[in-house]
Amino acid sequence: MIEFNNVSKYYKSNVGLDNVTVHINEGDFVFLVGPSGAGKSTFIKLILKEIEPDKGTIKVRGEDITRLKKSGIPKLRRNVGIVFQDFRLLPKKTVYENVAFAMEIIHQPKRLIKKYVPQVLSMMGISESAGKYPDELSAGEQQRVAIARAIVNRPKILIADEPTGNLDPDTAWEIMQLLNTINMKGTTILMVTHAKDIVDKMEKRVIAIENGRIVRDEFGMYGYMQALQGTDVTFDTVEVQTRNLFRTRFKRGGGRR
Amino acid sequence: MRSFGYTIKQAFIQFVRNFNLSIVSIFAITAMLMILSIFFIATVNINRAAETIKGDYDSIQIYLLDETTEDDAKMMIEDLKKTDGVEDAYYETREQALKKFKKRWGDNGYLLDNLQNNPLPNSIIIKIGDLEKADGIAKKAGAFGGVEDIKYYKNTVDKLLKMTRFIQTAAAVVMIFLIIVSIIVVANTIKLTVFNRADEISIMKYVGATNWFIRGPFLVEGIIIGLLSAAIALALSGGIYHKAVEVFGDQTRAMLSMDLVSEKVLVTNLAWMFMIIGISIGAIGSIISMRKFLKV
Ligand SMILES: Nc1ncnc2c1ncn2[C@@H]1O[C@H](COP(=O)(O)OP(=O)(O)OP(=O)(O)O)[C@@H](O)[C@H]1O
Ligand SMILES: [Mg+2]
Repeated sequence: MIEFNNVSKYYKSNVGLDNVTVHINEGDFVFLVGPSGAGKSTFIKLILKEIEPDKGTIKVRGEDITRLKKSGIPKLRRNVGIVFQDFRLLPKKTVYENVAFAMEIIHQPKRLIKKYVPQVLSMMGISESAGKYPDELSAGEQQRVAIARAIVNRPKILIADEPTGNLDPDTAWEIMQLLNTINMKGTTILMVTHAKDIVDKMEKRVIAIENGRIVRDEFGMYGYMQALQGTDVTFDTVEVQTRNLFRTRFKRGGGRR
Repeated sequence: MRSFGYTIKQAFIQFVRNFNLSIVSIFAITAMLMILSIFFIATVNINRAAETIKGDYDSIQIYLLDETTEDDAKMMIEDLKKTDGVEDAYYETREQALKKFKKRWGDNGYLLDNLQNNPLPNSIIIKIGDLEKADGIAKKAGAFGGVEDIKYYKNTVDKLLKMTRFIQTAAAVVMIFLIIVSIIVVANTIKLTVFNRADEISIMKYVGATNWFIRGPFLVEGIIIGLLSAAIALALSGGIYHKAVEVFGDQTRAMLSMDLVSEKVLVTNLAWMFMIIGISIGAIGSIISMRKFLKV
């Protein structure tokens, strides 16, 4: 779904990414962690073709986007939803309008807008707030709207840059449940976060970068189960074992096949 | 076409939201266009005056006393034709002269129909081949008996032509300068709307809107500002010119025996000019103001 092959991105005096090779498969839920300035946003910007790599190739859904023309960017982004830490809702539009906006600007017919917007609002549990303005909502509700907007065009990939950064732990956990639901419906999710507890609790693949290099790539329970595929070990037995295993972390370097 | 509706709607919403600044820039651009139109009006009329006067430039007109006969005149002409620098010399009766005047006054020629008797004298018209010799020729003609007056504009004409050229150049420079200033005014106005909508634009970019789709409303907003300014400026300069023709029309006719450029012709020209300039200023201004924002 997303492939980085020997990708480097250098800024004037800083390293953005340094020879990064990593593959994210369709349906994955991946955390991207690392200290400030590690290169996480650089990673995301490269996927969205906001910036160009200095070396290497990046494939999104099988297409080499480093060779994509500027005019192809809108089409690329229609397949990649994005959610930010600061929500970025339009204050003068209602919840409904904020979500509908994402469909309007890519020329979706009114009929579809009327059908999909209520659907995703209900999926995010904010149907009652449809007529409200963002400043009438709690932070958690605002992030639900932002997620609704990001997925209403049914992107294959959802990128979330610290989506829980402004939320209290309970609300953050609710948001994580929503992202999990979206992931289970088939959307590949890449989430940048500093929240260690969430990463631990979610038991998903974790890519850690520092100074532009991948320093860890852990697969969590999901990866462990993938590893067990084809063996005669059953899920029930695994479940108990994995709980213990997560204390020590199931670790495997490089890309997964 | 669905997006066309969106574009127009958005443009008007933006225009209204940014109303105060929009009005200020309309004022500014209207003022620019007004100055522009004054230069334009001056230029076209001066051009016309210059053309009219140029016809007299290479000629000297000798007004003859009433008692001077055509035979006397013929003899003078023979003499003049032999003079160095003279291309041609011919006799013009007062009737011919009146006819010429009527023609030059055009639509207002009827004013001359009511004259009791023809006030114009018979005359000799000398076409000058070599302008350097014009002074000498004029002096020689003045020495003839039977001459009432010599009309010879060389100095005036020289000055006028120089002035015309200067005004034309100045007008061109000022026009270009004003157009650039107007573009900057529009660009800054639109930039404010763009700033106001920076979040929206960034979201649009992330969701995958195309650049032209994002640009559309701002482009139309700029064009609205340009066209409104053009319309106001046109109404004002049309009105002012109407007054000017009323007040100065007779004077220029008396002084230069020329009509000012007709209102209809002038307003039509101004309308086209303003429309093109208004649209261009608006469009260029808004495209410039958006360049940075569309990079992401
Ligand atoms: N436009 C830029 N020009 C110069 N250097 C940049 C630019 N963008 C990022 N950098 C540098 O590249 C490195 C990686 O930055 P990046 O934004 O990817 O980090 P990050 O992991 O997202 O950090 P944070 O957690 O603080 O958001 C940093 O050293 C940063 O200073
Ligand atoms: Mg960052």
